[in-house]
Amino acid sequence: MRLLTHNMLSSNIKGVVNGFPLRIEVEKVVEKQVDFNPDFLKNMFSKIEWKPLVDASRAMGYAELPEEAESSMLDSHDFLQRFHHALLELHLEEGALICPETARRFPVNKGIPNLLLHEDEV
Amino acid sequence: MSSFRTAQIHLVSSHREVYEPCDDSFALVDALLAERVNLLNHHPTLCLEVGCGSGYVITSLALMLGKEASGAHYIATDINPHAIRVTQETLEAHGVHAELVSTDIASGLEKRLAGSVDVLVVNPPYVPTPEDEVGRDGIASAWAGGENGRSVIDRILLVADVLLSDKGWLYMVTLTANNPSQICLQMREKGYASRIVVQRSTEEESLHVIKFWKDADLQVDGKESTHKTGPARVVESLISQFPRLSFWRNNSNTNR
Ligand SMILES: C[S@@+](CC[C@H](N)C(=O)[O-])C[C@H]1O[C@@H](n2cnc3c(N)ncnc32)[C@H](O)[C@@H]1O
Repeated sequence: MRLLTHNMLSSNIKGVVNGFPLRIEVEKVVEKQVDFNPDFLKNMFSKIEWKPLVDASRAMGYAELPEEAESSMLDSHDFLQRFHHALLELHLEEGALICPETARRFPVNKGIPNLLLHEDEV
Repeated sequence: MSSFRTAQIHLVSSHREVYEPCDDSFALVDALLAERVNLLNHHPTLCLEVGCGSGYVITSLALMLGKEASGAHYIATDINPHAIRVTQETLEAHGVHAELVSTDIASGLEKRLAGSVDVLVVNPPYVPTPEDEVGRDGIASAWAGGENGRSVIDRILLVADVLLSDKGWLYMVTLTANNPSQICLQMREKGYASRIVVQRSTEEESLHVIKFWKDADLQVDGKESTHKTGPARVVESLISQFPRLSFWRNNSNTNR
């Protein structure tokens, strides 16, 4: 699971109001090289919640993102490369995503988050 | 059409509880191939498949758009965790990537992906079955569609309306028994135009791959319920788009 995906996931349990962001519990991180594409990053930037990305990448052992970001930074190659690495190249291979409100644990195995709910959570 | 653009059957992984690529999967991929140039000109950022099964469709989409749509990111979901694993193997065997999530339709993604999906592809469980067969564990959930095969389809359409970006396109497989012209009308009320991209007929059934997109004019029309010529004209054109529908209707009437 890339951090882009983490940035798009919220807790889907019935009754949860504030299910985003899910806290990351890390067991294993893998890095996979992805082709650098500035246009994609520029398109995605406006859709990304920055603070959750910073926290998530830190949880994954990458602390090179600035605390705050704004669109003017997209002109910086250095910024784009960090954004690229955090968003696409860090994979949560094993671990879990924790609902911020209920602490329900969504497992991540072999890089795949499982958001399937039990009957009483739907 | 050259085969390198779609997933190769011998590289598609399998599992006894996962839907294997079938006529419907091929029809959907053929529809996407027919739309390939349009899709490239569309410059999608986010592409999502709901119910990816073996991964044949999402892998084919990633391959056919390939380097030319290098700004595209792919996500696929399935309610069957075995299907997600098989999809992962299929993607890897073809050297392409999609982010995978085991979930019901797009549950958990809906909030943050709202209004952001540029291409949504679905080959849903569409076979009419008793309602209690829908969403069971394992392979049955691959086809069991409840009454008129519409249970999951109707839920997916609601989610699609949330997820699609303003320029977003939805490609969905339907069966005649799903009453596709009624689906198109229902979507029209929400401001979507539609078109049949591929039609396949067998002895018993007829498959359609329908494309839906937001049409600004329709969104205005939809609100003006007093609009005179609109609805009648649309019903007519929709029904003529689905020639077998009247046949199916007559058929089911005589059965009753
Ligand atoms: C007809 S199969 C299509 C599989 C594959 N896309 C293809 O075309 O070969 C339908 C798929 O939808 C999945 N599915 C059924 N209900 C679902 C739901 N509520 N949410 C997500 N996926 C679902 C099934 O597990 C199955 O893999």
